[in-house]
Amino acid sequence: DHRQARGTSINNSELFTLTYGALVTQLCKDYENDEEVNKQLDKMGYNIGVRLIEDFLARSSVGRCQDFRETADVIAKVAFKMYLGITPSVTNWSPAGDEFSLILESNPLVDFVELPDNHSNLVYSNLLCGVLRGALEMVQMAVEVRFAQDTLRGDNVTEIRMKFIKRIEENLPAGDE
Amino acid sequence: MADEALFQFLHNEVIQYVYKSAENGEMENGRCVSKLEHLGFRVGQGLIERFTKDTSRFKDELDVMKFICKDYWTSVFKKQIDNLRTNHQGIYVLQDNKFRLLTQLSSGKQYLEHAPKYSCPVVFGVRLWPGARGTLQPGCEEHRHR
Repeated sequence: DHRQARGTSINNSELFTLTYGALVTQLCKDYENDEEVNKQLDKMGYNIGVRLIEDFLARSSVGRCQDFRETADVIAKVAFKMYLGITPSVTNWSPAGDEFSLILESNPLVDFVELPDNHSNLVYSNLLCGVLRGALEMVQMAVEVRFAQDTLRGDNVTEIRMKFIKRIEENLPAGDE
Repeated sequence: MADEALFQFLHNEVIQYVYKSAENGEMENGRCVSKLEHLGFRVGQGLIERFTKDTSRFKDELDVMKFICKDYWTSVFKKQIDNLRTNHQGIYVLQDNKFRLLTQLSSGKQYLEHAPKYSCPVVFGVRLWPGARGTLQPGCEEHRHR
């Protein structure tokens, strides 16, 4: 009976997840190896991050963070919640307080995704690392971001490791890559 | 649930990436089917699969068009089609006066030219019937025909 409801409506998540998946698939075709794809995802993420931060600052009422710990909390509890609808936990602080982990129980980017066997080095969600790096650069923080664990590669959780490198002087321009 | 703004940023980035490839003059089989169209097509297929997996098949062409104009358009583009016309001979013109994927583009005209190439296949996704093709014109109309 054609009058019955047509399945469930699509939310932004699915359009986003599918678009991201199509992008990664395309990059895997365009580049010869996984490392190149990872780099490209990071670069694209960076370009998104440097713009996303403005959207974030405009929509959240977050002020300037006093230290890296506060930054971590804002990223996990405000930013991830706002953009991906999840709240990772902040753990594994280094003794110096300059490095921490975000543990994601679920990752919206990987819904319905399975990595084919010949892409064992692909960091599927590497866009996120670029986004974080780019966004923080715009608020004068140079960071290194990487995936330490990935459910797509068989780990139990997804773990993003973030390390504070240095403060960026405000009069140095940062541009697109 | 992924935020609208995040999708818009990703969409823009995808267009920029593919635009750079297009500049290098890539064509396939002389058919000029761009990467952007393929991307959109793949996304559209996925969406249609999700959307229709629990439902009965479409009865006829009109059923399909109603689905596109209401349910599908609302889910993907956040509103219904503003106007639908047909010549009753297999050509349909769908008009959207405020096309979601174009209104956010702040870059110059170059992207306006390319962006619809993504959106169009997203609309037409999996071929709902063999031979269906469509074109998209900024000016926010789109044409669907056999």
